[in-house]
Amino acid sequence: MPNDILPEIGSTITIQKPAFNSILAHLKEDGYLPIGPRVKNESLVYETIDNLEDLPQGYSTVQKPGYFRLIHTGHTRYFDITHGAHSWKQFLFPSRLELFTLHKNHAGWYDTTQQAETPRYAFIGVRACELAAIHIQDNIFMRADFTDPVYRARRDRAVIISVNCTHPAETCFCTSMGTGPRVKNGFDLNLTELDDVFVLTIGSDLARKLLTSVPFEDARGYALNNVEHKIEHAEQQIRRTLDTKDLPELILDNLDNPYWNEIGKRCLSCANCTQVCPTCFCWDAVDTMSLDGQETKRERVWDSCFNPGYSYQAGGNTRPTIYSRYRQWLSHKLGTWKQQYGTLGCVGCGRCITWCPAEIDLTEEIVNLRNEVRR
Amino acid sequence: MITAEAMIENVTSQPKTLLQPQWAEITNITPEAEGISTYWLKFQNQIEQEAYRFEPGQFNMLYLPGFGESAISVSSDPEDQQKIGHTIRFVGNVTRAVSRLKVGDVVGVRGPFGTYWPMKQMEGKDVFIACGGIGLPPLRPAIYHIIRNREKYGKVTLLYGARTSSDLMFPHEYEKWRKAGIDVEVTVDRGDANWNGRVGVVPMWFYQFRLDHRKVNILTCGPEIMIRFVIFEAMARRIPSESIYVSLERNMKCGQGSCGHCQMGPYFICKDGPVFRFDELQSFFNVEEF
Repeated sequence: MPNDILPEIGSTITIQKPAFNSILAHLKEDGYLPIGPRVKNESLVYETIDNLEDLPQGYSTVQKPGYFRLIHTGHTRYFDITHGAHSWKQFLFPSRLELFTLHKNHAGWYDTTQQAETPRYAFIGVRACELAAIHIQDNIFMRADFTDPVYRARRDRAVIISVNCTHPAETCFCTSMGTGPRVKNGFDLNLTELDDVFVLTIGSDLARKLLTSVPFEDARGYALNNVEHKIEHAEQQIRRTLDTKDLPELILDNLDNPYWNEIGKRCLSCANCTQVCPTCFCWDAVDTMSLDGQETKRERVWDSCFNPGYSYQAGGNTRPTIYSRYRQWLSHKLGTWKQQYGTLGCVGCGRCITWCPAEIDLTEEIVNLRNEVRR
Repeated sequence: MITAEAMIENVTSQPKTLLQPQWAEITNITPEAEGISTYWLKFQNQIEQEAYRFEPGQFNMLYLPGFGESAISVSSDPEDQQKIGHTIRFVGNVTRAVSRLKVGDVVGVRGPFGTYWPMKQMEGKDVFIACGGIGLPPLRPAIYHIIRNREKYGKVTLLYGARTSSDLMFPHEYEKWRKAGIDVEVTVDRGDANWNGRVGVVPMWFYQFRLDHRKVNILTCGPEIMIRFVIFEAMARRIPSESIYVSLERNMKCGQGSCGHCQMGPYFICKDGPVFRFDELQSFFNVEEF
């Protein structure tokens, strides 16, 4: 029976799994575009979803350095997968975005940009590490002294339905970074999947309204205990660690350690790690001009500190060698980021480990560097 | 058809998106040396022109549609509200395209950006400007400011070097600056038939100046290798790193500390620089390729 009463903000309820489709339907009625994990080309992507059937039910992932496989285990759960290469950053900070188009006339250039409507996304299945990554990017794109209008517009309109991660991958180390696997705050709706029901915590008034005419029950001891048990189990499964207590000093005091050269010999400078990283934010601006020179389109595209042109300037290239680019990336991510934004730039999602074709694992490299320094 | 109103609305509106420039017309071009000219700009929108202010040492992003943007420091008098000068060397994609522009052409401008020379903090002190090549244009606004407020500063020296005598920037102004009370000393890397002054790189001539380490401020801009040796010479004279100011250069795309390109350690050179007090950089300035 549909409820007339809506759950309170902060309360935890259970719903039958098929009822989640009503939440998705409400989102679509309100003009939101639900985005969630989907299986595509034997990998996991974040794309639009219509209903629960689009989610990767029955799948799990196996991840190792340089290795990602989806396996169909036949269980009935929807959110047992761990993130693939995609992250939510591609929606808030798109990899390619038109900024403006200009036309030339006798007096100069004038703007002919067709203002596109800002999409209203509903992110379904945001993990705690990914939510932490969004908060890190909020700090970057919405600084007190400069706010990126594109990011802000998308962020302000986004709805976040997070999930407590119950099946972390071997590459995960969120417990070391203090970001997961438990979702703590910053969500509209937080979901934990049990075998029979979804347990939902209401985080905002918007989420409350999404439960209009959705049958729910208050979460009781059994469900709550089960949630706790699953999260604790997930925590125990995370074996990979990154000791952060001597960071950023370990890196910043040892920028000229010869060990950086050793990493440089293995690194291909392919930029995969920066493209899959949910916090990497560097971008480039490029112009595309029509052949007659009368029109030009200016776009923002993702860039990477591993690209040779990244540090190119009139006087030459600041970082011509691969070791210095790797050092730039890691010394920023686990070092100077803290001075810039108050936190480290890593959330422990492990994407850079999984998607590195050279199987470079930053958690291992930090251990190696620490050992080199102690020698 | 684009009406005049639409054009004006176009230039006065607040940036709706990233990197949206204001449009400025080239009112004059002054050739300075082989491959270097000063472009004098005036915003098409009068309100914009009157509102524009910059501090000595700051830069603008100049935009050529189809080519991209380039960070260029302002080289003109900060008190002149009629025109804005950018002294540009034609070396890259954008600046080579700039070299083909004529008076009356229009370029996009965003700015000003960045930190500036500490004109206020230096009052009552000696100022020693050590710069090389295209490093003089970002310091010229500071020189104009000192000349206008000459009584506020102690001994003021400009030690400037270029590759050859024909590469010297603004040579016709040196006499004016000397008359205004600035000791202008010039050196070239290679002498030729037209030159009977100093020969040698900038740091080499430090020994000729009696710098009082208690009251001198060093301002330096130029090739990074020159900056390194200027700092070396200054430190050798017990000048504290807190009294040395350097202006640095990196690839820049946004000017707002957002695109990430210009990072050097914890700093975004576009917003935390380009002018730094040397003690802010000291811990990693000598790390190779950092």
